[in-house]
Amino acid sequence: MPARYNLQAPVTGIAEQINDMHTLMLVICLVIFIGVFGVMFWAMFHHRKSRGAVAANFHENTAVEIAWTVIPILILLGMAWPATRTVIEMKDTSNPDITVKATGYQWKWGYDYLQGEGEGIRFLSSLSTPRAQIDGGAPKGEAYLLEVDKPLVVPVGKKVRVLLTANDVIHSWWVPAFGVKQDAIPGFIRDTWFRADKEGIYRGNCAELCGRDHGFMPIEVHVLSAEKYTEWVRLQQAATAAVEQASLVPQSPAL
Amino acid sequence: MSQTTAVRGFDHYFVPEPSKYPIFGSAALLLFGAGSALWLNDVASGPWLFFAGVAILIYMLFGWFGQVVRESESGQYGRRVGLSFRWSMGWFIFSEVMFFAAFFGALFYARVLSVPWLASGDNAALLWQGFSSAWPTSGPYTPSGAEPFTPMGAWGIPAINTLILLTSGVTLTWAHHGLLGNRRGQLKLGLFATIVLGAVFIGLQAYEYGHAYADLNLRLDSGIYGSTFYLLTGFHGLHVTIGAIMLAVMLFRVLAGHFSPQHHFGFEAAAWYWHFVDVVWLILFIVVYWL
Amino acid sequence: MAAVTHEQLHGHHPGPTGLMRWITTTNHKDIGTMYMIFSFIMFLSGGVMALTIRAELFQPGLQVVQPEFFNQLTTMHGLVMVFGAIMPAFVGFANWMIPLMIGASDMAFARMNNWSFWLLPPAAVLLLGSFFVPGGASAAGWTLYAPLSVQMGMGMDLAIFAIHIMGISSIMGAINIVVTVLNMRAPGMTLMKMPLFCWTWLITAYLLIAVMPVLAGAVTMILTDRHFGTSFFNAAGGGDPVMYQHIFWFFGHPEVYIMILPAFGIVSQIIPAFARKPLFGYASMVYATASIAILSFAVWAHHMFATGMPAAGQLFFMYATMLIAVPTGVKVFNWVATMWRGAMTFETPMLWATGFIFVFTMGGFTGLICAIAPIDIQVQDTYYVVAHFHYVLVAGSLFALFAGAYYWLPKWTGHMPSEGLGKLHFWCSIVFFNITFFPMHFLGLAGMPRRIPDYALQFADFNAMASIGAFGFGLSQLIFLVVVVKCVRGGERAAARAWEGAEGLEWTVPSPAPHHTFEEAPIVR
Ligand code: HEA
Ligand code: HEA
Ligand code: CUA
Ligand SMILES: [Cu+2]
Repeated sequence: MPARYNLQAPVTGIAEQINDMHTLMLVICLVIFIGVFGVMFWAMFHHRKSRGAVAANFHENTAVEIAWTVIPILILLGMAWPATRTVIEMKDTSNPDITVKATGYQWKWGYDYLQGEGEGIRFLSSLSTPRAQIDGGAPKGEAYLLEVDKPLVVPVGKKVRVLLTANDVIHSWWVPAFGVKQDAIPGFIRDTWFRADKEGIYRGNCAELCGRDHGFMPIEVHVLSAEKYTEWVRLQQAATAAVEQASLVPQSPAL
Repeated sequence: MSQTTAVRGFDHYFVPEPSKYPIFGSAALLLFGAGSALWLNDVASGPWLFFAGVAILIYMLFGWFGQVVRESESGQYGRRVGLSFRWSMGWFIFSEVMFFAAFFGALFYARVLSVPWLASGDNAALLWQGFSSAWPTSGPYTPSGAEPFTPMGAWGIPAINTLILLTSGVTLTWAHHGLLGNRRGQLKLGLFATIVLGAVFIGLQAYEYGHAYADLNLRLDSGIYGSTFYLLTGFHGLHVTIGAIMLAVMLFRVLAGHFSPQHHFGFEAAAWYWHFVDVVWLILFIVVYWL
Repeated sequence: MAAVTHEQLHGHHPGPTGLMRWITTTNHKDIGTMYMIFSFIMFLSGGVMALTIRAELFQPGLQVVQPEFFNQLTTMHGLVMVFGAIMPAFVGFANWMIPLMIGASDMAFARMNNWSFWLLPPAAVLLLGSFFVPGGASAAGWTLYAPLSVQMGMGMDLAIFAIHIMGISSIMGAINIVVTVLNMRAPGMTLMKMPLFCWTWLITAYLLIAVMPVLAGAVTMILTDRHFGTSFFNAAGGGDPVMYQHIFWFFGHPEVYIMILPAFGIVSQIIPAFARKPLFGYASMVYATASIAILSFAVWAHHMFATGMPAAGQLFFMYATMLIAVPTGVKVFNWVATMWRGAMTFETPMLWATGFIFVFTMGGFTGLICAIAPIDIQVQDTYYVVAHFHYVLVAGSLFALFAGAYYWLPKWTGHMPSEGLGKLHFWCSIVFFNITFFPMHFLGLAGMPRRIPDYALQFADFNAMASIGAFGFGLSQLIFLVVVVKCVRGGERAAARAWEGAEGLEWTVPSPAPHHTFEEAPIVR
């Protein structure tokens, strides 16, 4: 089961950094929170009229006011530093081992291997959860709403650059375990990258409202070992060749 | 701080009686909005509601402003009401500036960012092969399939229109001086000339639109150039029209003997508005037509 | 002006009565009341939509509504709450209280004030009516992103015109407030003596004037893209869908501060009153408010970290956004310092105000976490963001509105609101609020996207909890209705200064405030 109170377990370096940063932020915020509200609740308890408190009349104190402006700025600088490093690293899509183009459609994803091992493979990937499960006519499966007919397949430990675009409206390609989320904008190409450190099946969702079935266009990524990936590529290419063979003969004249 | 004593007569501020006009204005905009939506979706009742809304709006404007003019002329507004009018007109014009800023922003974004992006890097390589960044453009693929268009040149009618609007600014200021110096003849003449110039501007602008559609094939759906061109010039033209109507109202008021050298904020408000419209045109001329 | 002519000019004629009184009124108190009633009705409508959303999300699977209608509900819930409930409620407060607080006889433009209000019901008719046109209401989210909004049916056009009308209303209302504050203060009421509520509203009004026209421009471009073949948001024609987002959020981010700055103002009135101690740093509060407003124009793209900006853009918007924590912190610290060594009592308004500080700050912190661009890549468009903005909007804006309502109800009605019911309302609200929205943080972190009618199984239990909380929270709001109705009808009579520690001109006039107040300006020393 994925983490229920926190970000999903990271499988890329970036996701790892994001996790750590989130923990750091949480701790800092918690400390400030406890500090500020510790003071407030102490005051609320001790300085109440029913306990005989008499109001003081002090106000304006330049030293205090400068302190509570400057200290937060310093804390923020401390937060900004690791964030800056990660932003720059996330943006570095150079030198990929594999480049895949993902296209958002209402409501499915199209994948197109552009470069690297597997170049030329292309397919559509749509939700495979049966309608009956959604409508309550059948018990819901383990990967309810997070499963597709043809997942994206990538090799482990390789830098995969994902180019994003869309065919109709904006979608967003998101795999939490990779720390990757990138909007797919019709008419433009945007890119992002990941390098998965662990084999396995990772799931995500379209993360930009894209119409009726926005909730029903998941992303499923299978991270395979190098050998298994090579095998998968071979099978795909064989299948494609077979389809091309078949389609050469009876082209419909209407087209 | 809450220690108070009332001072009698501290520059009493005019508070109007209950008024029926606002609700007419609201009804008008309701019909206008509903009518427009229906009309745009080809529902037969749309135009009827739309024009009913417009009619009520016109009634409301006449009634409301008529009442304001009467109150003003009968001296019910003190100094502070005058000041309120000034503040409010100033901030109203600022809100108009921000409205235009949205469209100028769109033009800037398209010219400086999105069009060059479309013609470079992965966008060019994978999606829009062969599209080269140049302005004006109808984009890599104009959806309606509109044929290539000729952009609107700056040095024909637009340049003349610039001169016209600049001149109208001068005539208006001349009229204002007439008002300040209590030379009513100069006031009337200057105001009249300004309105005529405004009307000529609108006429030329309409002619230019016709020319663009008929001869240049430059249309609303000519990609981003057509979009920004027509929305900017169109909203500007609308504002010139409104400004000219305001000035015409002022002319009628002048003819009816309104305004004094000390007391004429209605006139000034219209003048501020006119100058604002002028400035918008100058920016427009430079960034839409010239550069 | 001599007193005689003044009496002639402004004798109190018996104006229209019955419904016509409310339709034609130029009285800021009447108009303020109408704003508040309108906004409460809108709050209930938006709330019913929220409850339908929560009912659908109670369990995995589709049970209550279909996806398309679900998206309509989400969209309209957002639009109705933002433009129909929260904003008009604050304008209602401004109408009622600003003239009383600065010693003015009314708003600067009383007739226009009436129109500002009466534009809202037509806008609401267009907006809510769009549910009933073919294709239903807009389902593009309250942010109306292109090109999805270009795909919508007639409901989208109705929403666009409704937004235009609400924009006109807001701009006129804002100009009215600016002019009233700048020009109608009683003698001696210098700007730096003004109650903070007036300051926060003055600055909010500037924000409104600056950004509502930009929103109008944005939706106008959607309209022309929809119907007139323009290509603003269409790459094929040389435009860019992301351009819409830039323009929208240039409006949208200042908009969220439009919904919180007046709340800060209300809380800054209440805390000193019940701590019986002056606000710790009046001047720094004013400067902090102004800083927040100015910064708010430079942070908009923090809503767009996932669109794929260049790194420099992400960094700029991240740093700018983080900076807002500083002036907001100044405010929180100021409130706490005001409470420090006061002589506090916790009547209902104070309970709400302290509740506000506590829960709003949590929302502020989650906002700051969203501001960290890499983290936002994970939480953008998830329930984490939904949690963040309900903490600042419900526990922020709405709680402050309740605080203000309990604080000034005596002035409005002449009766003290029921302490028992008020406290019940508070405790139910804060408990159910957290039951509803706290689990959403976990949902978002664990990967549940927002704006979906159905979700994966691992999100089931927190969603059920949130749904139960939402119904509890919704029902708790009916207590408020009861309090108000009871308070209007009777109850303990309120003194002119209804609360022992309350300061300000509004407490120098009788309760309920007479129809006309400060026709002779008070002198403030
Ligand atoms: C009242 C409304 C309101 C308010 C006040 C805020 C306040 C803030 N918001 Fe929020 N926000 C919204 C309403 C609001 N927001 C809405 C509606 C959305 C979603 C819109 C949509 O997509 O539909 C949103 C979304 C949103 C996002 C985009 C999330 C996403 O879609 O991915 C971000 C990202 O940066 C953000 C950040 C912030 C920050 C940094 C603040 C700051 O102002 C908070 C500052 C406050 C504090 C930090 C706490 C107090 C401070 C201290 C005690 C001082 C010491 C603290 C430190 C030094 C850490 N907000
Ligand atoms: C501005 C203020 C505001 C307020 C006050 C609220 C209040 C509430 N909101 Fe929401 N909300 C938004 C602004 C606001 N919201 C915005 C901007 C969005 C984003 C929209 C988008 O994605 O585009 C959003 C989105 C949003 C979502 C996400 C939807 C999605 O992504 O699909 C959810 C889900 O739980 C939700 C829930 C709630 C709940 C339970 C309340 C509760 O607090 C409501 C409580 C009130 C009531 C329940 C009414 C009480 C009345 C009754 C119970 C009586 C019934 C009477 C009769 C029928 C006569 N809101
Ligand atoms: Cu595709 Cu949401
Ligand atoms: Cu924001």
